[in-house]
Amino acid sequence: MAKYTAMTGNTAAYNGAALCRPDLIAAYPITPQSSVVEGLAGLVYGGKLDSNFVQVESEHSAMSVVQGAAAAGGRVFTATSAQGLALMYEPYFRMSTLRIPMVMAIATREMTSPETIWSGQQDAMSVREAGWIQMFCESNQEILDMIIQAYAIAENKKVMLPVNVCYDGFYSSHLIEGIQLPEQAEVDAFLPRHDEYAYLDPAHPAALDPLTPGELMMKYRKKHLEAMQEAKAVIEETDAAFAAHFGRNYGGLIEEYKTEDADVVLLTVGGMSGTGKDAVDAAREKGIKAGLIKIRFIRPFPAERIAKALAGKKAFAVVDRSVSFGWNCGPMYMETKAALADADEKYCSFSAIGGLGGADISFEYLLGCIEKLEAKKDQPGKRDTVWLMD
Amino acid sequence: MIEIRLHGRGGQGVVKASHIVVRAAVAGGTYGQFIPFFGVERKGSPVFGFLRLSHTPIRRKTQIYHPDILMIFDDSLISLPAAYEGLKEGGMVIINTVKDIEELNIPEQAGDVALVNATGISEELFGRNMPNTSMLGALAKVTDLVSKEDLFNEIAAAFGEKNRTAAQKAYDSVKIIKKEAE
Repeated sequence: MAKYTAMTGNTAAYNGAALCRPDLIAAYPITPQSSVVEGLAGLVYGGKLDSNFVQVESEHSAMSVVQGAAAAGGRVFTATSAQGLALMYEPYFRMSTLRIPMVMAIATREMTSPETIWSGQQDAMSVREAGWIQMFCESNQEILDMIIQAYAIAENKKVMLPVNVCYDGFYSSHLIEGIQLPEQAEVDAFLPRHDEYAYLDPAHPAALDPLTPGELMMKYRKKHLEAMQEAKAVIEETDAAFAAHFGRNYGGLIEEYKTEDADVVLLTVGGMSGTGKDAVDAAREKGIKAGLIKIRFIRPFPAERIAKALAGKKAFAVVDRSVSFGWNCGPMYMETKAALADADEKYCSFSAIGGLGGADISFEYLLGCIEKLEAKKDQPGKRDTVWLMD
Repeated sequence: MIEIRLHGRGGQGVVKASHIVVRAAVAGGTYGQFIPFFGVERKGSPVFGFLRLSHTPIRRKTQIYHPDILMIFDDSLISLPAAYEGLKEGGMVIINTVKDIEELNIPEQAGDVALVNATGISEELFGRNMPNTSMLGALAKVTDLVSKEDLFNEIAAAFGEKNRTAAQKAYDSVKIIKKEAE
């Protein structure tokens, strides 16, 4: 029987990781992720989790250590935020391009400068071309559940890619709420171990990752891109399988909320989605046919499902907690427009940017976006970027 | 859904008290959520946090601008404009103080005001100013969104029986001043 208990987002993350029985954990604490590392160290050194915990002196080392352990066949876990992610970029990129499965949690944080330690999604968004699968969570339950799902996705033979489970720094990492904590036996039944994969073994010496000439390199990249597309079906199947085991599911690549008869749709990423759903309900009480699409996975980008969900709608806004420096808008807005391809001019749409550096994405801001869409819904075209601030 | 904004000073246990309330709500089978506001706090600097209690799932993950209840852990904080800002019409103020209500600049829209000497109770029991569990005792008196039993059990589980005593003393001694009918 699962236990209903109160946990912060970081506590949910480390309990989720522990339930997946990692062979090795290497991590370096950084705000706002620190209590994930402290929690796992406590479980290992307290004798409650049979795993190897490696204390490292930097995030570059953390990723390098888990990479070695994963190459030797281990199930591994780490977590980071912002500047820590930046510091591990070199082995981070190599992890995905070696096609080694693992799971890393990111308690997302704004990138400096100006100097900041607070919430924002710029860190994870900025590495979305580094070959990892990346997904964002709305609730603490989703954090725990998605770490478990992420191992199943990462280790699927059609995928074989590392996965980032991202959640908002502070607004989720330090938010406490009730969640269902599954039993170990339930997770074991859902997440079996794989021993059929090739791995490094001192008894049978072999080299990993020799210098690889361009033609062969291109074949690797092509397969990596294909695996990322294959992952779309695996993500949906894993969510369905998870529902059969645990009675909870999240919609796979995206979640649609009251979109069926909607004229205007808000697209959201991460914890703001819950606030957005409240705004949708409030807008409907005012007679506005509003709906919401929660973009759960940003890599692979759910282009087909978003295009389908927006088909026949009049207007949409994408709320980003990060920026695209090259496009004067949020990154998920650009990608949503790209997903609509030639159809995008039929819609009234705008990019909304909010919540940078710990700023709040309030209910009023999101309701304001919906009302603006409602007012302009019959006049197609791209509007100026809206900054959600006073 | 009831929204509670907490104001205190770094080191007064605002975050830990709020975690206890959420745990008590969860233990009672209802819903609770707390988001701490993190500034650049040090011991003694103003801190605040956002607590929600509900009989239905809580989805929004935002700060609280129009609280139903204000919990003020230190009456010196009322000199800051942020303390009473946005209190709902008829909203309640629970404040740790030995002052009379006339000295507290209670805003016009406030409803009932609960005065509790949480600092005095904690100094008597622990020898230092740790008002958080006494503040929870006062909260138990004025709200039924968490049961007193669940709340006091969580207090004892987190901080021991002496803190249950502190909460009970506050529960018994909190002075509730009803809004005068106009």
